[in-house]
Amino acid sequence: MSLAATTPHFKDNVHEALTDARLQRALPHARNFIATRAAAAARLPEFEALRDSARAIKDHTLAHLDLYLETYERKVTQSGGHVHWARDTGEALAVILDLCKARGAKSVAKGKSMVSEEIGLNAALEGAGIAAVETDLGEYIIQLRGEAPSHIIAPAIHVTRDDVEADFRRFHRELPADRDLTQPEQLLAEARAILRDKFLSADIGLTGANFLIAETGTSIIVTNEGNGDLAQTLPKVHVVLASLDKLVPTLNDAAQLLRVLARSATGQDLSVYTTLSTGPRRPGDPDGPEEYHVVLLDNGRSAMLGGQFADMLRCIRCGACMNHCPVYHAVGGHAYGWVYPGPMGAVLTPSLIGVEQGGQLPNASTFCGRCEAVCPMRIPLPNLMRHWREREFERHLTPAVVRGGIGFWAFFAKRPGLYRFATDLAMRALHLIGRSRGRFAWLPFAGGWTRYRDLAAPQGATFQARWRAKSGAVR
Amino acid sequence: MSARDDILALVRASLHVSGAEAPRRAAVASRLAEAPVGVVPQRGQGTRSQILATFKAEAERVRATVAEVASAADAPAEIARFLRENNLPATLRHGSDPRLASLPWSATALEISHGPSDGDDVNAVSAAFAAIAETGTLALVSGSDNPTTLNFLPENHFVLVFAEDVVGDMESVVARLKATYGQGAMPRAVNFVTGPSRSADIEQTILLGAHGPRRLHIVVVGQP
Ligand code: SF4
Repeated sequence: MSLAATTPHFKDNVHEALTDARLQRALPHARNFIATRAAAAARLPEFEALRDSARAIKDHTLAHLDLYLETYERKVTQSGGHVHWARDTGEALAVILDLCKARGAKSVAKGKSMVSEEIGLNAALEGAGIAAVETDLGEYIIQLRGEAPSHIIAPAIHVTRDDVEADFRRFHRELPADRDLTQPEQLLAEARAILRDKFLSADIGLTGANFLIAETGTSIIVTNEGNGDLAQTLPKVHVVLASLDKLVPTLNDAAQLLRVLARSATGQDLSVYTTLSTGPRRPGDPDGPEEYHVVLLDNGRSAMLGGQFADMLRCIRCGACMNHCPVYHAVGGHAYGWVYPGPMGAVLTPSLIGVEQGGQLPNASTFCGRCEAVCPMRIPLPNLMRHWREREFERHLTPAVVRGGIGFWAFFAKRPGLYRFATDLAMRALHLIGRSRGRFAWLPFAGGWTRYRDLAAPQGATFQARWRAKSGAVR
Repeated sequence: MSARDDILALVRASLHVSGAEAPRRAAVASRLAEAPVGVVPQRGQGTRSQILATFKAEAERVRATVAEVASAADAPAEIARFLRENNLPATLRHGSDPRLASLPWSATALEISHGPSDGDDVNAVSAAFAAIAETGTLALVSGSDNPTTLNFLPENHFVLVFAEDVVGDMESVVARLKATYGQGAMPRAVNFVTGPSRSADIEQTILLGAHGPRRLHIVVVGQP
């Protein structure tokens, strides 16, 4: 792990996020995805069947992953490309830096890649004196700001238009200071012009991959801007950085996954560009890279196979789980403290960087179940978060206050008579105190809840008491 | 152990397999050989004219524009008209595809150039390998006939699609690729293009023309 994780300080991060007025202004944009996904799903009667199909494809692939990896490598080699295997972050960085140095590369144009965030590639390149140029507009914005992405498909979702204008004025010094940047179109045009030059002068193009196809040795990326496509077309060398779990048997299988990917992500039927790359430039080709390399990263995935968290390897990084997550809506992506936010991040982060580092994230859930309901790959995210919580508790990593609270509750739970008596009393008291407003803005011991939202006042009786009364009436 | 062997060994240890099991190898071999087609939505299916109508509607939905001409010879005039009506320069670049090279460009006032783009072209035209009705998508393949740079660098991209190349779904394009390039082989790049380039990275507002073309104008040739 090379991007420093602030995950162990999750609680502090959350506090900071909730009191950050600019962030709170930007965050509602994430909710737009809810309606667009719902509309896209509704327009395709086969959507649910496609989710089943997508899930089965990934399950089959993962169960036979060793064989598909071997086939994939053979096909890449046949088409003139090279596969480099990397056990961990250090090996992946070493492979990429060696490729760059051997070719005297001064700049790398990057398509959007979450795996490159995972291995901290930009810092490593800059450390070696090589410029890393993010070309996705959102990634470019956060690179200027020196930030990490806060969403896996909309990395700058936490940034407002005003912020972007200020950043462009700060960094694009060569342009006239009095230029008009009030319209988003003007910001886009400026970024396009500046990045165009960087594309054309880059020595190496680096992209991630949404899918790697065993049948043909093909890598597939999807973009809306066309940036990843230029990054892999213009420079002399194309490097694909992808983790093992991106394998898919055939192009027909990829067609199934593509049908659920964009719909779940942005609500598009298909992203604007779905680009299939197979090897380097062929004889007679007037454009395209002269070299094609794939860096195949494990970084903890092989250990997840066949275990409690294997389902997570089906993830196609669509972002639907975070788009529908009330916790993500409240705190944004940076609070999660590492590369992957939201429910998928809460499950994946402890798997990849360890439960000591990432074990707090699975608590960032209300267990409302919306993530699982929308996950195109039907990953049981709440269950997987629950598994992590159990492990965290078993390993005594849970904070003392929580352990104490649970112990306190357990004392009453084991004594039903006492439990009923105490809760009846508490409900009546809260009802009386809260009756005028119907909600509490502050309560002793509940400051953590009431600081950012009100607590509804109880209606006067516990569930158990009302159930008793109801079943009494029925009988 | 090399990283490769180590990773494969780790994968096999996690899966509790050796890699030599005959049923597993057979399952993988048959999946690769048969490449089963999964769930294909109804939307792209139908009679020839339904498929063409769906293609047009879906392409327009993603903000491409579509014109229909009776024969390829009418395409240059249609492109010239589009450029004129949108106040765009009368220049156009294309590759060596005979389906484009043979057209009567000289009958228009367009200034034609050839080969890949260096990033300074405003307009380019390509001929599609196929098109997909289900999503209004174009399939473009790399090579000197239609250089990949023409798909991304110009501001305005024109694409000629012959009506017989419009198919229902992506799986049908995959079948055509296999028929043309052979089982398990592929051209260097296949670009599936669904509408003009866009970005929603500034406050989730969709803006056209991010890094790729701002306008995508599709000319469908030869309605049946
Ligand atoms: S866990 Fe599911 S919903 Fe979340 S990013 Fe992965 S595939 Fe998408």
